[in-house]
Amino acid sequence: MSVARGQPSSGSKAGGGPSKRFSWDWVGLAPFFAFAIMFLFLPSVSIFIRSFEAPGGGFTISNLVALVTQRDLINAYKTSLSISLITATGGAIFGFLLAYAIVLGGLPPALRTFMTTFSGVASNFAGVPLAFAFIATMGNAGLVTRWLESALGLDIHARGFTIYSIWGLSIVYMYFQFPLMVLIMAPALDGLRREWKEACQNLGGTNWHYWRHVAFPILLPSLLGTTILLFGNAFGAYATAYAFSGSFINLVTIVIGAQIQGDVLYNPGLGNALALGMIIIMSLSMSAYIYLQRLSARWVR
Amino acid sequence: MKKSSSVWAWFIFLIGIIYFFLPLFATFEFSMRMIKDTYSFEAYRVAFTDPRFFLSFGYSLLWGILTIFVSLLLVVPTAYWVHWRMQRARPFVEFVTLMPFVVPAVVLVFGMSSLYGGALKIGGFPILVLTPTPILLIAGYVVLSFPYMYRAVDTGLRAIDVRTLTEAALSLGAGWRVILTQVIFPNLRVAILSGVFLTFAIVMGEFTFASLLVWPAFGPYMEEIGAMRAYTPQALSVVSFILTWASIGLINWVGRGAPGSQQVAGAH
Repeated sequence: MSVARGQPSSGSKAGGGPSKRFSWDWVGLAPFFAFAIMFLFLPSVSIFIRSFEAPGGGFTISNLVALVTQRDLINAYKTSLSISLITATGGAIFGFLLAYAIVLGGLPPALRTFMTTFSGVASNFAGVPLAFAFIATMGNAGLVTRWLESALGLDIHARGFTIYSIWGLSIVYMYFQFPLMVLIMAPALDGLRREWKEACQNLGGTNWHYWRHVAFPILLPSLLGTTILLFGNAFGAYATAYAFSGSFINLVTIVIGAQIQGDVLYNPGLGNALALGMIIIMSLSMSAYIYLQRLSARWVR
Repeated sequence: MKKSSSVWAWFIFLIGIIYFFLPLFATFEFSMRMIKDTYSFEAYRVAFTDPRFFLSFGYSLLWGILTIFVSLLLVVPTAYWVHWRMQRARPFVEFVTLMPFVVPAVVLVFGMSSLYGGALKIGGFPILVLTPTPILLIAGYVVLSFPYMYRAVDTGLRAIDVRTLTEAALSLGAGWRVILTQVIFPNLRVAILSGVFLTFAIVMGEFTFASLLVWPAFGPYMEEIGAMRAYTPQALSVVSFILTWASIGLINWVGRGAPGSQQVAGAH
């Protein structure tokens, strides 16, 4: 996923040229932008405007104030943010280790192909079927639950653990999080040139020096960038959480979903403010992602 | 270094494999346990004899085809035009195609359904009410498909010389429709196919849009069965996994050797 690399690519500057006056060439893009305005831009603007709407009509900022003062809304954001942070960090670390193992770990090349193909599948295997898969794995009658019980006499649920919790849902999310990291980091690790390592060795550097001063700084922007991508990936997720636990875990997306189905907050403006908060957080993280992507594009192709 | 690092790599690889396969194995095992004390395919028989299975599956297929059609119609000419005439519009187009990462599906449904559900009023009368039609559903899916479709087509266009091909076609007297359908499209076949299969994989199991806009589809059907029955949901899960696997497998198969056939995650 290369984002806005601003390539001066393939040199087709033909026609058009940077003219000052209106160019008819824009008309060729009209259908695309018309669609984007109708189904992306206007709905977002509508959410923005309606966040300032009082229940009886008229302007108010109390909806936005409620986001940071009303306990259940704060809790929804807290839950969403913690799951996103946990799974982004966990997914990034494990995904990086796995990418490192298949690219530089000296494993047979066939395993690499296998792992990247599977990562492609796993990162797309989400939503309702993923929730069912994990219910069959670690739910009350799940395979792992039964194994633990029969082999070790360990009843995980008796100890107060339930998979229908933040940690349980995090384990589920990890299933599509770390494969995404593998998919993005494997090519980045490929981009580390042998010459850099040799240059480091010629200067008397050890393996540690190489990673500490050369490879890691080069990889850092794409590592951080991808972590942010994983964060957003989890933050906006709805289907998996809904199918997994109903409205048991109060994520922001779950609350918004309930608000669409029936005005559960008894205030449409508040629902819009909740959605606006999501857009703001996602915009911030995407901006950070694009910035980091630019940085990493200098070194890693 | 070789020996120890290899052991370590095997260890990580093994954990990865377990994480991948344990839930799949558990799902399959679970789906076979419908009849007490024995393994059977009873859950699959039950799943496949439910007429609503085929109905919802058929609907999803229909939504998928419509989405792919609209998405191709919007993305291919736009990406082509950006390459041939409008390099300076590239940042704007790329920005739009990345919007699904900024506006989550739930939020987009929320915005669309309130805006086109009668909120757009002139003089007290709602104009442009789209909620009784599947337009919003398809539009939402098209938006979801943008990042993958655009990226696939863009990578495909980078690999061919758009300018030379277009100029050659123009100088031979071809019109724009001929250029797009007979020159550009065939050259982008692999790129387009990978975008198509990925879009298909995303739409077939999609839940958020279909459920919240209340249209019949495979995703909401699975969820409903999950709340109603045991074992059959897991059978559907296995079916769904095979579908995803087939789509991604096809992408890798048509894209072997082609540049930029890498793809990333869909909607969750």
